[in-house]
Amino acid sequence: MNYETIIGLEVHVELKTDTKIFCGCRNDSKSEPNTNVCPICLGHPGTLPVLNERALELAVKAALALNCKINQRSKFDRKNYFYPDLPKGYQISQYDKPIGEHGYIEIEVNGETKRIGITRLHLEEDAGKSMHAADGSHTLVDYNRTGVPLIEIVSEPDIRSPEEARLYLEALKSIMEYCDVSDCKMEEGSLRCDANISLRPVGASEFGNKVELKNMNSFRFVQRALEYEVERQRERYENGEPVIQETRRFDEATQTTVSMRTKEEAHDYRYFPEPDLVDLDIDDAWLERIRASLPELPSAKRRRYMEELGLPSYDAGVLTSDPKMAAYYEAVIAAGADAKQASNWVMSDVSGALNAQGKSFAECPLKPEHLAGLIGEMASGKISSKQAREVFKLMWETGKSAAEIIKEKGFEQISDPAQLQPIIDEVVANNSKSVADFKGGKERALAALVGQVMKATRGKANPTLVNEMLIEKINSL
Amino acid sequence: MKITDETVSHVAKLARLWLDPQELAQLVPQLNDILEYAAQLQRVSLDGVEPTSHPFHEVNVVRPDVVRESLAREEALRNAPDQDQGMVRVPAVLEGGGGA
Repeated sequence: MNYETIIGLEVHVELKTDTKIFCGCRNDSKSEPNTNVCPICLGHPGTLPVLNERALELAVKAALALNCKINQRSKFDRKNYFYPDLPKGYQISQYDKPIGEHGYIEIEVNGETKRIGITRLHLEEDAGKSMHAADGSHTLVDYNRTGVPLIEIVSEPDIRSPEEARLYLEALKSIMEYCDVSDCKMEEGSLRCDANISLRPVGASEFGNKVELKNMNSFRFVQRALEYEVERQRERYENGEPVIQETRRFDEATQTTVSMRTKEEAHDYRYFPEPDLVDLDIDDAWLERIRASLPELPSAKRRRYMEELGLPSYDAGVLTSDPKMAAYYEAVIAAGADAKQASNWVMSDVSGALNAQGKSFAECPLKPEHLAGLIGEMASGKISSKQAREVFKLMWETGKSAAEIIKEKGFEQISDPAQLQPIIDEVVANNSKSVADFKGGKERALAALVGQVMKATRGKANPTLVNEMLIEKINSL
Repeated sequence: MKITDETVSHVAKLARLWLDPQELAQLVPQLNDILEYAAQLQRVSLDGVEPTSHPFHEVNVVRPDVVRESLAREEALRNAPDQDQGMVRVPAVLEGGGGA
């Protein structure tokens, strides 16, 4: 039997604010343990939370970027459960009136645009960090992260494959980065993902029992965990065994999912309206102000790169995936470089060199205008593409412009026929065998002659010109 | 909704409260009385009235995103029953039981 995979994702994104959501403690969970805490985030009796305006605005901004309808009136609710990383015994979250609802993200699947619905986006506080002793004897808790502002983004069950799940996450991360609402560093926990997955026979309308997956620390692991789960559930159905509704965690070591055996009633959160916080009323003027702060989003930028700059879809997709890369690219073409040439350099050489050093485009040692200069020197024929790679390397190391390096190192390509003629004559005179071969119809013999000229000029001769001049010389013999 | 022994036991368990049978017997009618009292409201016609989550009409009480001094760590950990390496030490908990 053929099965259809149904996936929904829940993503938590930490907001980039200076302070926590309900108190003035620094939003920095990487400080020394328990140094960014106060009576409010530690849940001492008698304290009152006050909402961070910036956190609210970033949440609205993110919701707008995800095409959500913003609820003018929204409110906070308490989600009650006991866990040592939650000092109050409840998490302040949003239940029935989230910030935004009914949004979507578009992804490209096999060359076609697919829309994945977003059920809701709500604002809530993060919990602390628990470190479990390896021998299982105790747990240590750091409350620096307690009260860090989070948005939770819940997708519709529209995702049909583990690959689509990864594409959705990549698109979501990119949009969040463009809006500058979060660092989105999955390895540092500022973007976290849980997945719901079930299978059903193709054509059936009922969903099968769903399994919740946790502990996936990279997009690749999300895809891997889902792929494993598709196979596991299908095998169970094919063997006539039921799939149990449960929470499973991804185990990196074995690349499998493992049951977590959580208690049923732990999920009875007894939500009720948060009495310590008043309702939110986001009027049109405020909403428009936030909307005006939205940058050009990746999908619009991608379209513009294709339509206005004539870039292939692949280039446009790569360049716009990271806002810092797109900004760098735009600075290169603003400095006068050809759009496609600039795209090639940014996607391969610059990106590769940054990756090798573990740097982002914001930290690129090569100034965009210097790269544009290099592309210009190549286009004018002053240097060959091979020389350009050399110049690129030196520009990267020294921070100098292409023109400076070309001058200093004497990289200039020899495009002057008068300068090349004596060398051509000499090479032709000294390589009579290759000359005879070429005359006898062996086209490839010419390459050997070109090689000789390049060698004699230490790679500086303009190869196109050398080609032409050699043929002319040989034909005149 | 009728509150039964089971409801009270369930909620007590969720709230980590231990009730002896006497207390349970006492709480069940009390909670039912409270619910019955509140149920009077449900008999009032509320057509066109928005649900209220708050007695105040005030909205949008917010503060600017400005850092305020936090507690000194020794101070913050003073109420902790046990501590280790600047962290609160608690009995071992199952991984993944919590999380935002």
